[in-house]
Amino acid sequence: MKHRTLRLVFLPWLATLLLALPVRADELLMVRAERPFTDAIGDLQIAIQDHGYQVARIQRVDVGLASGGYTTAEYRLVFFGKPEEMRDMEEHYPELLPYLPLKIVIFAEGNSTLALAYNPAILQTFFKIDALQPRFRHWENDIREILDQFAAQ
Amino acid sequence: MPTLYHHSLFGAALLLTLTFFVAPTMASQDGARLYNRHCAACHGSEGTGGVGVPLALPDFLDAVDDDFLRKTIRLGRPGRVMPAFRLLNDAEVDTLIKYIRRWAQAGASAPTIERSAVKGDTEHGAKLYAQYCASCHGLHGEGGHGTGVTFSRPRDLPVLAPALNNPGFLAAASDAMIKTTLMRGRQGTPMQSFLKQGLKEQDIDDLVAYVRTFKHESLPDPVQSVADEPAVIVRTSPYDMDRTVERLKEAIGGANMRLIRTESFDQTFSEEGKENKHHIVIDSCDFNFLNQALKIDPRVGLFLPCRFTLDERDGKVSVSTINPKRLSAIFNNTELNRLCDKMYHVYEGILEEATF
Repeated sequence: MKHRTLRLVFLPWLATLLLALPVRADELLMVRAERPFTDAIGDLQIAIQDHGYQVARIQRVDVGLASGGYTTAEYRLVFFGKPEEMRDMEEHYPELLPYLPLKIVIFAEGNSTLALAYNPAILQTFFKIDALQPRFRHWENDIREILDQFAAQ
Repeated sequence: MPTLYHHSLFGAALLLTLTFFVAPTMASQDGARLYNRHCAACHGSEGTGGVGVPLALPDFLDAVDDDFLRKTIRLGRPGRVMPAFRLLNDAEVDTLIKYIRRWAQAGASAPTIERSAVKGDTEHGAKLYAQYCASCHGLHGEGGHGTGVTFSRPRDLPVLAPALNNPGFLAAASDAMIKTTLMRGRQGTPMQSFLKQGLKEQDIDDLVAYVRTFKHESLPDPVQSVADEPAVIVRTSPYDMDRTVERLKEAIGGANMRLIRTESFDQTFSEEGKENKHHIVIDSCDFNFLNQALKIDPRVGLFLPCRFTLDERDGKVSVSTINPKRLSAIFNNTELNRLCDKMYHVYEGILEEATF
């Protein structure tokens, strides 16, 4: 009887409590590499590829800004993804495409380089698609590892 | 043959060694690990600042007690980039504080700062504030604008004036801490000693009393107010794909944005000729707007490029973009929220014009 009460009352209460906990504070993942941008940008691409992703494009934001007459340090966006995952998202979840492919922003700060990404877990908060939760979680783990590898090199 | 006595002696020696040599090293390594994971990206690996304020300022560490650092870590500065680290446990916060204290003057221990209120004349304090403080800290204590080093201020100016009206600051700072800062100034920052500028101690008390009144100021919209926004802005087009693309390009040009590229979403992931023509992306940018945004927050690259995604399904075309107001919620930057509100209206205007 006691076990039954536990199952019927306590476990649902615990589950509700856990679901009601505030979202993780680290919605932005950001690291610093203590080396100049010119070295760091290549290391970031290697870290992305080491985790099985394909770099789709590097957008040179700084070049665009400079061509408009604005002074800026190096500032790039690195877009990446796994082709099969991107095709699957395109086919089944086109509403998420504005947030894809994955990207990491990388910019110079003096002799250091900063890299950041939004935590893919926020996509679950944004779109609430339970079937995609495992994918968001593995993207989160991969991006954390990519950023850690980038910072540690 | 070793006896129980020898074993006990060896055990005690080992324990002492671990306590005095290994444990502090492990704590320090733990501090470094925690600092690198949570703080270094903004405050710099050596606490010299960057996107965040510098921490390795002996004057700063002399003026603030551990309680100030603890509350700052826990509460952050709502709307001012510094997040609240609620998920760290108490031991981790204490480890971080110890790590940060390494940058205090050699031999200095954490100061003990009184928690009693400073009494002063708020009216006189208001006059002094307008004369001495408002030019840096803002008329209502809202602090300096922007963040980041490279984009918003030269590297020789390490700190933006803190927002004195911020609830995180007001909760963390005691009256005595504010008074100490006003009396001593802060070497390495533009903050000068007010005693050296000719104010008396009573004037400084009046200033402290006035700063405390900021808790009654109405604060900027809370960051969470945008958290209920939808993640994307979507419009259905009455036109076919080609016509929608053309109209969208015209609307982008009409909004003074530069067209960067038009391609299939999977262009870079598919073999040439096998791209999916039912999903087209149009990338654009308003570099003037971007330049302003970078001064406010160098992390805004996460909003880029200004991308319009076209999805053709069962003969119907829809156009969508990220909702900058929703994404902005994760930045904890009220100034950025305002810019994202503007950007939202620009996006909405472009989508309306293209699908009208």
